[in-house]
Amino acid sequence: MHIDSKCELLGKVQGFLLLLLFCFQFAHASDTIQVCKNCKYTTITSAIGAAKNGDFVMVSNGEYSEGKILIGKQLTLWGENFPVIEGNGQSDVFFVDADSVVVSGFEIRNTGISYIYDLAGIKINGHSHCRIENNRLYNTFFGIYLKHANECIVKNNEIIGQATSEASSGNAIHLWYSKNAEISGNSCKGHRDGIYFEFVEHSHITGNLSEGNLRYGLHFMFSNDDRYVNNTFRNNGAGVAVMFSRVIIMQDNLFEKNWGPSSYGLLLKDILDGEITGNRFNENTIGIFADGSNRIKITGNEFRQNGWALKILGSCMDNTISGNNFISNTFDLITNTSTNYNRYEGNFWSEYTGYDLNKDGIGDIPYKPVKLFSMIVSNLPVSIILLRSSFVDLINFAEKITPSLTPPSLADPSPLMKMILK
Amino acid sequence: MRTFYPASMFKILKYSLFDLTRSRWTYGYFLFYLIFTFGLLYFSNDVSKAIISMMNIILILNPLIATLFGALYFYGSKEFAELLLALPLKRSSIFMGKYLGLSLSLSLSYLLGTGIPFLFYEIQATGQAWNFLLLTVAGLFLTFIFTGLSFLVSIRFENTIKGFGISIFIWLFFAIIYDGIFLLTLLIFEQYPLDKYALIMTLFNPIDLSRVLIMLKLDISALMGYTGAVFNKFLGTGLGMIVAFGSLVIWIVVPVFVFIRFAKKKDF
Repeated sequence: MHIDSKCELLGKVQGFLLLLLFCFQFAHASDTIQVCKNCKYTTITSAIGAAKNGDFVMVSNGEYSEGKILIGKQLTLWGENFPVIEGNGQSDVFFVDADSVVVSGFEIRNTGISYIYDLAGIKINGHSHCRIENNRLYNTFFGIYLKHANECIVKNNEIIGQATSEASSGNAIHLWYSKNAEISGNSCKGHRDGIYFEFVEHSHITGNLSEGNLRYGLHFMFSNDDRYVNNTFRNNGAGVAVMFSRVIIMQDNLFEKNWGPSSYGLLLKDILDGEITGNRFNENTIGIFADGSNRIKITGNEFRQNGWALKILGSCMDNTISGNNFISNTFDLITNTSTNYNRYEGNFWSEYTGYDLNKDGIGDIPYKPVKLFSMIVSNLPVSIILLRSSFVDLINFAEKITPSLTPPSLADPSPLMKMILK
Repeated sequence: MRTFYPASMFKILKYSLFDLTRSRWTYGYFLFYLIFTFGLLYFSNDVSKAIISMMNIILILNPLIATLFGALYFYGSKEFAELLLALPLKRSSIFMGKYLGLSLSLSLSYLLGTGIPFLFYEIQATGQAWNFLLLTVAGLFLTFIFTGLSFLVSIRFENTIKGFGISIFIWLFFAIIYDGIFLLTLLIFEQYPLDKYALIMTLFNPIDLSRVLIMLKLDISALMGYTGAVFNKFLGTGLGMIVAFGSLVIWIVVPVFVFIRFAKKKDF
């Protein structure tokens, strides 16, 4: 028995030593492999071929043109002073085929356009825990492309495309069937969609700039439980489109100057349980356009100088619009139905002309945001030329006194007298 | 004996301007705009909103005052005009001088009345300076146009009541009735392409023209929502501004030209 216990102790010590040795070896194994013109490795591909899992590959400044660079090991690829990786318009540039890969500090150019393959600057296919950071991607078809990739981080990249038509262009950041992604601090310009989410769940989009994209600044399809905060969407075909998705949180974003015949700051199409708070909508043709969207809370936003602050179709129910500022919009609200299933309360409307006798800051008469003329314009768009004409003011006034065409139940019963200051 | 044309015109302009600066009307007009604009800026807290309210007032009031005051002044100073006619002066310089005298005095009241409050509230610091400037220019155009129209009516009709009535009708027509008919025709002919029609209709009403001019700046987000190609080309580019300004100039020149022609031929 005594010997037995001694053996056991010895065994334990042995095991510990083995573990220590293993750890040491593992730590020691992380080598740094330098790639430059005069180094042992002059191409990134050869460096990757020589590397082990966990190695660093440092790439010095210079131009590299190697076609498709396959990263099949768990590596950290580090560019020094933005080495240029030229795609020569033929294939993907970086193709990540391993978990926990880091790609940082590269300038990636010219993937070329393909109608068969989704060519991308950096593509991750079926692997998780990757980081794509501080890269510049110019004239890529798709910029960063994540497919079945979970827990990945895409951060501080600059992605500038030269898209000319929707059919022949890709998205700057494209996610497909991914979970728990973090997209932050990127700037996406000149693509079809700035950021595209399809079947993406529990992901965060923070502090990005999406500007001058042909279709949408940010596009959700069938993606649930995501949130986007503090982003700027400017001058896109439409700012953000949220379609067929549930529980999307939209907070503190800026939607600006999304102008055009079918242009919106935010497009909601068949979505449920969203939350839209603290956003600013400035100078969009339509601030928020909602179709078939239910149980959404639109609170604490500011709508300033939009053509139409809100366009909420009859297919929307149980939405709450409260505590928003509506300032100097051409029209505050337009709808296509005479019945109203949404709640409007406690907003500030700069067009409101009521009074507040008991001085509680809430207007004593309800505000009706739908004007007769905005209904005329939605039926007969050319009549917009008569906007702000005295005759139009006259018929709006007549309609206000005796409503007959505007939805009678659509009103804010407690309009605020003063703007909500934050 | 013939006097040098512009010199005598400027002399008459000067006299009528001095004459008008002594008039209570001029001060009333000035004070109204001063108080109204100050009030608006004080109560609205938001300059862009104040500019929209100003626009509504200016589009109605400037033509109305120009129309009323034009007829009033023309009929009121008729005897003085007849006296001037006895002198060796060109008719065109007499009437041109009177027209410019009145237009300028009204413009001055309007400019000072709206300009002082906006400068006081530091319009240049709010980023709305261009919108305000455009509004001011549109107001000036309307003053000149409607003074011309009411002079034209007044010289055409000897009867004061008739002259006044027709002048006011012209104002009412352009300010309200025209747009009513315009909207009605748009609704009736809904099925047809109406882009060009709508633009042409706009050119034929100086108040609509001024309104569109301001709208191009203030409501561009809404206007860009319209899909018509002709419309978009007109509204979305500098073309709209140029055409609108050009038409406004024509709206000044043509009535004044006809007025001077009448004045030359008329047997006083």
